[in-house]
Amino acid sequence: MDFTEPLTWVFSILALVIAYTGFRVVTSGNLIHAALALVFSLAGTAGLFLLMSAEFVAWVLVLVYMGAVMVLFLFGIMITKAPIGYDAELDNQNKGLALVAAISVFVLMSWASIVAFDGEELRGIGDPTSTETLADALLGRFVLPFEIVSFVLLAALIGGITIARKDNSPAEEGMS
Amino acid sequence: MPIVPVLILAAFLFSMGIYGLLARRNAVMVLLAVELMLNAVNINFVAFEAMLLDSMASGQIFSIFIITVAAAEVGIGLAIVLLIFRNRHSANLDDFATMKG
Repeated sequence: MDFTEPLTWVFSILALVIAYTGFRVVTSGNLIHAALALVFSLAGTAGLFLLMSAEFVAWVLVLVYMGAVMVLFLFGIMITKAPIGYDAELDNQNKGLALVAAISVFVLMSWASIVAFDGEELRGIGDPTSTETLADALLGRFVLPFEIVSFVLLAALIGGITIARKDNSPAEEGMS
Repeated sequence: MPIVPVLILAAFLFSMGIYGLLARRNAVMVLLAVELMLNAVNINFVAFEAMLLDSMASGQIFSIFIITVAAAEVGIGLAIVLLIFRNRHSANLDDFATMKG
């Protein structure tokens, strides 16, 4: 990496933020802190997307993930009455095995990407993909997956309501 | 800028997700770890798109699809956690071992 370029410094700072907060998500002993660490990790990722010329995806990430999904997570943490403060019982006894699995996956994937993509450059930097290009692709070639995803969202909506609502249908009330 | 540092960052996030998935006890924390892994995949997609410069921007389209499906997954996942919590009064995954042989 060439540290005379300002771009490299921006990337390094973003990478440090993402890696540290990502580490805190899985090691923090406090549920709320873990969720907030994920917010910062996603914010860093959005910055990285802006750097890699994916502007629309960066703002989708900010709106959908940091906005909607994180509110859902905090809602889930609080409604399951999880202990808000520090909780030493948050990790189970599989910690050692999990660490071995994580480190071996990291080593394998890093080795594979160094072997396969050493010397390749991110040529798209500084030439942002316009929203027009994305819209043309999304409603042109990718229109079928786009429609399928809308049905997935509809099914998730109905399924979520059906699973989470209290079960007192008229038939059961009549029987009891 | 070379692509390898970005890929290594994504690999690090993915392995952190694996660690969280296996080591956490609370069901909501396991879902958080899954989000971390999906985010790592998004970084990879966008990086490869910036490397290959596809005219359709396929990498970015796919990361948008992943974000959408992840939102649906979180909704369903939390609904299931909520239901289990209502029936068992616990969100601790070790308590749900009734089907263990």
